[in-house]
Amino acid sequence: MTTPSSPQTSKDAADSIESAASRAVHVEAVPLRHYGRWISAAVLMVLFVMFLHTLVSHIDRNGVHNDQRFQWSTVGKYLFDPSVIHGALVTLELTGAAMAIGVLFGIVLATMRLSTNRQLRYVSWLYLWFFRGTPVYVQLIFWSNLAWLYPTLSLGVPFGPSFWQISTNEYVTNLFLVALVGLALNEAAYMAEIVRAGIIAVDAGQLEAAQALGMRRVQSLRRIVLPQAMRVIVPPTGNETISMLKTTSLVGAALGGGGELYRSIQNIYNVNYLVPPLLITGCCWYLAMTSVLSVGQFYVERYYGRGVGTSAPPTLLQTLRKSFGRSPHVEAAPVGRP
Amino acid sequence: MTAELMVHADGVEKRFGHLHVLKGIDMSVARGEVACLLGPSGSGKSTFLRCINHLEKVSAGRLTVDGELVGYEERKGKLYELSDRKICAKRAEIGMVFQRFNLFPHMTALENVMIGPRTVLRRDRAVTETQALALLDRVGLAEKASSYPSQLSGGQQQRVAIARALCMEPKLLLFDEPTSALDPELVGEVLAVMQSLAEDGMTMVVVTHEIGFAREVADTAYFMDGGVVLESGDPKVVLNQPTHPRLRDFLSKVL
Repeated sequence: MTTPSSPQTSKDAADSIESAASRAVHVEAVPLRHYGRWISAAVLMVLFVMFLHTLVSHIDRNGVHNDQRFQWSTVGKYLFDPSVIHGALVTLELTGAAMAIGVLFGIVLATMRLSTNRQLRYVSWLYLWFFRGTPVYVQLIFWSNLAWLYPTLSLGVPFGPSFWQISTNEYVTNLFLVALVGLALNEAAYMAEIVRAGIIAVDAGQLEAAQALGMRRVQSLRRIVLPQAMRVIVPPTGNETISMLKTTSLVGAALGGGGELYRSIQNIYNVNYLVPPLLITGCCWYLAMTSVLSVGQFYVERYYGRGVGTSAPPTLLQTLRKSFGRSPHVEAAPVGRP
Repeated sequence: MTAELMVHADGVEKRFGHLHVLKGIDMSVARGEVACLLGPSGSGKSTFLRCINHLEKVSAGRLTVDGELVGYEERKGKLYELSDRKICAKRAEIGMVFQRFNLFPHMTALENVMIGPRTVLRRDRAVTETQALALLDRVGLAEKASSYPSQLSGGQQQRVAIARALCMEPKLLLFDEPTSALDPELVGEVLAVMQSLAEDGMTMVVVTHEIGFAREVADTAYFMDGGVVLESGDPKVVLNQPTHPRLRDFLSKVL
């Protein structure tokens, strides 16, 4: 379909672009001066230096002179304290387990919500209505008081004899278990909506193609729809995981124990009253853990993004280089002066 | 009489609420026959095609594939709705190729072709892979086996979609405007594959706007408008000497 004139015209076009670029290089002009920006840069600089100074300066506190304001030595001293490390591990375990249960149960709830079976849709809706509609803090306390409402749980004939039963009291004293149940069941309600959003974002033609091959509903959901929905599901799930990591800090307050990170920090400052340095110690751990989770999220997204672009997705390093390095657009721009 | 017929429609109707899309379609497609459905947009061609593998439920009339009712079972003169399992088993015997290809974007071409036999028919991996590679070779895409759909042209994607349908070893192939989403210069490669299938004796029902293909390859052409078949028969007769004014008008605009 190439006409004889088309290579000629494209060459002309290239020539004219080239000459325009070379002309731009030779324009002699005084660049616009942004005086306002110089002033704001100076002000910001002064404020930043003032802040840096507070980080290392000493203050007069209750008559005790030369006390370093942030007490970095205290921050460092407790950073690798065994009880703090143990707390961080419990926080990680709780986050991982609660998210795993939350995601799996969320997928079940989302599938129920999209089912052709009306009863399943209603049950799922009711669950979401309750667990999204009440504070997770209250739910945690509620679970710890389960034995008050149901001292025993049993399997048997409804309103008749029971074959198997457990005493709830034995379980609610295990605060890790109570926290896990409370956080996971709450999370499932949020994950259900995230999964549902992912499923309805997949083109309807995909389900049709799967059906035309003779796949059952569950098969097409698992093999065709969910893998594609994951592209939509993963970013908000990363959000939820980071949010969960921080929500575990409620457990200590709600249940009066549980051994997670913030509770370990609290236990220390309740004795020595060095609250701000210990909070910084805790924040260091929370930041370190959320940073690692973000990197994990990058690779999960990369996995589920396969087949989206025409080339292989970039690695983490390539992405960082792209966002922090000089963009090719800037490099290609004319320098302005010869 | 219906034993040698692959598709038999007798007064098939379809309503979507108040919308009467199909108003009594009669059609007989014999084993090994290629039937082309032509007609303007909204005439009900695609809806009828989707009824054949029960992607749409028939509202009235009788529709059989290979002598068996679509979507129902007849016992002692009474109709019983089929279970999902049975509907899926019947769909597995009918291949379908879509206008927008509908390849699975998260799978390579080879995985797309293999997924049906592997999950639905529970075939052995090695056997399926050999078969799938042979089919990709047949549609001229042996070297694209490990490419993702996004790395393929429209024509290549549609040929993978045909290989995907063929890998289920269907007794009937349905094509829903297979070339309508393609660049004009890519249409030929897809039609060539379809023509070779027809020559091999595959039973095909093709909804298309390609009059030339219908004339050359089809055994029967059906012209549909407003949910009814206005004219049908040998495509060389129907398309060269149309009797119905609506068909004459349609052909003058398409050609």
